[in-house]
Amino acid sequence: MGQVIDIVSLYPKDMNIYGDSGNVLTIRRRLALYGYEPRVHAYNQGCEWPEHVDMILGGGGQDTGQKKIIDDFFQRADLLRSLAADGVPMLMICGLYQLFGEYFETVDGSRLEGIGVIGAYTVGRETRMIGNLTEHSGDFGGIIGYENHSGQTFLRDGVQPLGTVDADGTGNNGEDHTEGARVNNVIGTYMHGSLLPKNPAIADFLIRTAVERRDGTFDPAAAGQTDEQRAELRRIDAIADRARRVAMSRPR
Amino acid sequence: MAWNSFATPLIGKAVRAASRLAHGGGSAFPGKIVERIDPDFLSRTLAQLPLGVVLVSGTNGKTTTTRMVASMLESLGLKVFTNPTGSNFTRGVVSSLLAEVSLSGKLDADIAVLELDEAYAVHFVRQVRPDYCLLLNVMRDQLDRFGEIDNTARLLSKAAEATTGTVVLNREDPRIARLADVVGTEDGVEVRYFGLDESLRGFFPSDDDMRTTVDAESQDSLENGGNTVDSADRAADALPADVTLRSVGDHRASFVIDGETYETTVKLEGVYNLYNAAAALAVVRAVEADAQAMFLPFEEALAEASASDTADTPDANGKSGTDGASDQPDQTAANAILRQAGVSPRMIAFAHATTQAMIDAAGEVTPAFGRGEVITVNGSPVELLLVKNPMGFRLSLASFKPEGCNTMICINDEYADGRDMSWLWDVDFTSLRGTGVKAVSGVRAWDMALRLEYDQVPVEQVSTDLEETVMAFVNADPGTPKHIYCTYTAMLRTRAALAKIADVADAGVGK
Repeated sequence: MGQVIDIVSLYPKDMNIYGDSGNVLTIRRRLALYGYEPRVHAYNQGCEWPEHVDMILGGGGQDTGQKKIIDDFFQRADLLRSLAADGVPMLMICGLYQLFGEYFETVDGSRLEGIGVIGAYTVGRETRMIGNLTEHSGDFGGIIGYENHSGQTFLRDGVQPLGTVDADGTGNNGEDHTEGARVNNVIGTYMHGSLLPKNPAIADFLIRTAVERRDGTFDPAAAGQTDEQRAELRRIDAIADRARRVAMSRPR
Repeated sequence: MAWNSFATPLIGKAVRAASRLAHGGGSAFPGKIVERIDPDFLSRTLAQLPLGVVLVSGTNGKTTTTRMVASMLESLGLKVFTNPTGSNFTRGVVSSLLAEVSLSGKLDADIAVLELDEAYAVHFVRQVRPDYCLLLNVMRDQLDRFGEIDNTARLLSKAAEATTGTVVLNREDPRIARLADVVGTEDGVEVRYFGLDESLRGFFPSDDDMRTTVDAESQDSLENGGNTVDSADRAADALPADVTLRSVGDHRASFVIDGETYETTVKLEGVYNLYNAAAALAVVRAVEADAQAMFLPFEEALAEASASDTADTPDANGKSGTDGASDQPDQTAANAILRQAGVSPRMIAFAHATTQAMIDAAGEVTPAFGRGEVITVNGSPVELLLVKNPMGFRLSLASFKPEGCNTMICINDEYADGRDMSWLWDVDFTSLRGTGVKAVSGVRAWDMALRLEYDQVPVEQVSTDLEETVMAFVNADPGTPKHIYCTYTAMLRTRAALAKIADVADAGVGK
């Protein structure tokens, strides 16, 4: 096996609702098929932080889950901010996307601080934005997923969204037709699905960035990728393509 | 009571008949009309029932458990009103009540056993406070409809709060067990638990501890021991369970009740179905306890009163009572007296039911629609397994071993199934790696195929044409047993397809 790549699954115990663990599975399998050796660290509150981190994946959670992780999360805030500034690729879905922003103001007006990696703030609303969603992005083409959130997120001036959406009432806040955010190599988004299996372009962006940071170059052949592994990836991507086309045709 | 309420059964029945003609099936429409013209119909009609109303709710197992409670009470002699599968909403209950009441508004039943969806349970208890409430579990299911799992627990707490008699709770589900706190125990409402023997708890991981494929496989690299069970959430043993499922075998199960172990053969399969049987037993026992308190005093009074009357009257066999006539009053005469007092002899018989009789009744329950229902096609048993959420899917996979069988999975994403496919990623499919999956179908066949691909489960055929794929699947390899896992609407279509070539029981769920 080739070079080890260390992936942190952030708070999988309390922040993994709506199948976000599928993202971890996708990264792990694709890395292996590219010839690398993925090593997944399940990091929960109170755990020791791994020595080496090449990528961080985080998901959504219930209110109770957020309460359980929040103290630990604030303790790790400086670390997470410096890793993000260093260009460590990260994918934060839903609840952790919100907590990577500046703050979350709930419906009853109380304020929950975020860690400010992403220049964005979130306001709780009574109505939930829910349903199948396709967004457009220059780097990744069509992004397919399922949003499910009552918080509305507003990006600060100059913060790049992950993509744009066509319809009112969808995306970050239902108003400005943006969805998600990108800061350095950090991606924040509301898209479940899981996101990565049906969006291999994003998975491969995270993988390439992680490998380049660790090894200098992303070179599967040099890492020992076999013909069978290459064929397997092609087969998976063909299935993902069929799944994407069906998903795009479905009602919200 | 509205001035026009006397006419409600007539109007409702007429609308029901008309809508049946129009749609070819009883719909919720008559319920809608009645709700508008006579909003008290539901509470007024159910208030007539001498043993009251049992409400069953929770994420998984509502239909099976409701069916169990109803059929157990029936085999113990009661007349039971229950709502048919698929009408687990308030208006559906009104519609099915309309079919049952006489024109004078009388409902000929002793007790109602109603399955209600979590959100509708809240609606329902605003109109009717149930005498018994059985709460099974809260799991990630159709989050697009209810929001979050904690919110679902809040919905169920409303039902527990409104209950006037006994609340029966799943001891092993922390979110459910916790609902004991909202029960009106100061008003005399009782809390009972059903539970699992420690040896079986591994089958039912708490939803919060859901191990995904990643967790299960990366144990070696888990330096931090990430996924440990919260010990606070597992303090279950501290609570005594009224009924405990102790062990499960091939069509056999044993339960512990009052310190005694009862064994029985069962028609149901799968450890989760048998756990539902434990839940049903706990409810039936609660109902019986009340029936004993309410009706046995009548019998005693009657026995005393009739002792002198019957002492010198020969009984039906021409013998006079030898063991003391008070034990055997003339049944007809006694029944007449009971009826005058408003007590049906069925109640008395029910109040005398033994625990063994209840266990036997549980053993006779047959699987509900899509809960391990077996249809024979071309000589092969085809088992239909309904999957609605990650935990249900995982329990099914654990209960029905794939070895020696052909497996098919059909995933739809209609409203009733849930539109979001995320849940498939919370199910660990690696148990199918060895046998592989013969066919994948349904609207979201490709999502399912992708999921299996990432768990390295070999798949032979993928097609969104459900009917054609099901036909090819059931006709292949004659004699080999088959498992078809389906979401709700995929199940309806699969049954309809199979009905063309095999004997499929009417599920009573409409289209």
